[in-house]
Amino acid sequence: MKYSIFSLARAALSGHKNWQRTWRDASPKGRYDVVIIGGGGHGLATAWFLASEFGIRNVAVLEKGWIGSGNAGRNTTIIRSNYGLPGNTGFYELSMRLWERMEQDLNYNAMVSQRGVINLYHSDAQRDAYARRGNTMRINGIDAELLDLAAVKKMMPFLNFDNARFPVQGGLLQRRGGTARHDAVVWGYAHAASELGVDIIQNCEVTGFTRDANGKVTGVETSRGRIGAGKVGMAVAGSTSRVAAMAGLRLPIESHVLQAFVSEAIKPLLPNVMTFGAGHFYVSQSDKGGLVFGGDIDGYNSYAQRGNLPVMEDVCEGGMALIPMIGRVRLLRQWGGIMDMSMDGTPIIDKSPVEGLYLNAGWCYGGFKATPGSGLVFAHLLARDESHQEAARFRLDRFQRGAMIDEKGQGAQPNLH
Amino acid sequence: MRIVCPFCGERELGEFTYLGDAKPQRPAPVAGEDAVYEYVYLRDNIAGSMSEHWYHGGGCRAWLKVTRNTLTHEISAVAPAAGAGAAKVGA
Repeated sequence: MKYSIFSLARAALSGHKNWQRTWRDASPKGRYDVVIIGGGGHGLATAWFLASEFGIRNVAVLEKGWIGSGNAGRNTTIIRSNYGLPGNTGFYELSMRLWERMEQDLNYNAMVSQRGVINLYHSDAQRDAYARRGNTMRINGIDAELLDLAAVKKMMPFLNFDNARFPVQGGLLQRRGGTARHDAVVWGYAHAASELGVDIIQNCEVTGFTRDANGKVTGVETSRGRIGAGKVGMAVAGSTSRVAAMAGLRLPIESHVLQAFVSEAIKPLLPNVMTFGAGHFYVSQSDKGGLVFGGDIDGYNSYAQRGNLPVMEDVCEGGMALIPMIGRVRLLRQWGGIMDMSMDGTPIIDKSPVEGLYLNAGWCYGGFKATPGSGLVFAHLLARDESHQEAARFRLDRFQRGAMIDEKGQGAQPNLH
Repeated sequence: MRIVCPFCGERELGEFTYLGDAKPQRPAPVAGEDAVYEYVYLRDNIAGSMSEHWYHGGGCRAWLKVTRNTLTHEISAVAPAAGAGAAKVGA
């Protein structure tokens, strides 16, 4: 079905009781040209781009639970393209441009809200680093503005400007950044991909790979039977190591938990997405009014989908240092997502050493903003067997070649970035 | 999650820092690039019981070898890591 003002009016007149399902919950066929493992944002976006951009419509997306039940539902919904290193800069801007036209492309309201993302700075050195990053962005055609203290005060008068240790001095603002509705992103891609013939198969857990005599992957074993595939793409967020191990692969990835939090709903307070440059705290306000915030990962390997208290305390301290008044707001919910922490903090989008198996992995905790860009470049790789030009540096062998993309400059240790 | 340090007793997680999987062994200087690549970058990333190194920086500053389940955060064993600390308790 197609959404429009007329479909809305029609549904309204019948009391909103006759909305149709937005996508088909398919059963597996025996064989597909491409099988995508993982029904999150990245997997569904990949399927949609395969169908819409590359004309490959005999595609299945396999999800072990229900679509969007993994990290697509466990993030803080922020979108931005304020990256400084070659490789990242172009890729995230590609993704940002796709966010800007997503609702038209998909015919689905993803509630993309370009309310701005501001990174605060608290020292001269940090101002210089942000000025440099802003210049890098502008050279690459991405919007960035370096704000001084007066401009930040005007925008967010409620911040703690008298903090003796970390005085706010200004911020780097990307006005085109903002947030999107995470569930609608999943449903939107599912809706549009399903319209083009993609099979979305839920409750279908991959338990192994089928290989031919030469070791090439020919399909997957699942909880709903064997499914043949010309090519298999993995987009399984924090489970990459476990799924890849079924094909005998060992990867430069550790799985870690990242917690996020949402407060009770309050009246409109935050005009944008804001990050506290002195600690690690980022926050925005959802359209329902809750403050959505997070900070560092817990820092140790975990598959538990729940965190521990020290990080919760650290995140809340960061929030209190910056916006003392949120101390009076009650915490409503907390959750933990499991992410692939790659060794340099940058994703891996590449063919795997096993023929027929393709990797979309290592998103660390930056996967949500990458959703449309990731879908496009992964579909490009699956369709053409070569990297998209904006993903050419996300190769698996970059660790061996010494071509890491370490945006934070902290070294090859997952709990540092 | 709390860790029972063999020197200090049961302490809260905030006192400790994580290094990672205790399994990778530094290769010999002559082992070649592939061995170094494997040591520095590749991980088993176990879902289940894993032996790992933790540093008790907020306490006795000893390195510990902790056996922990990455699916449940349950800790089944803590021992001093090889080195001076281990000698102190006769490990």
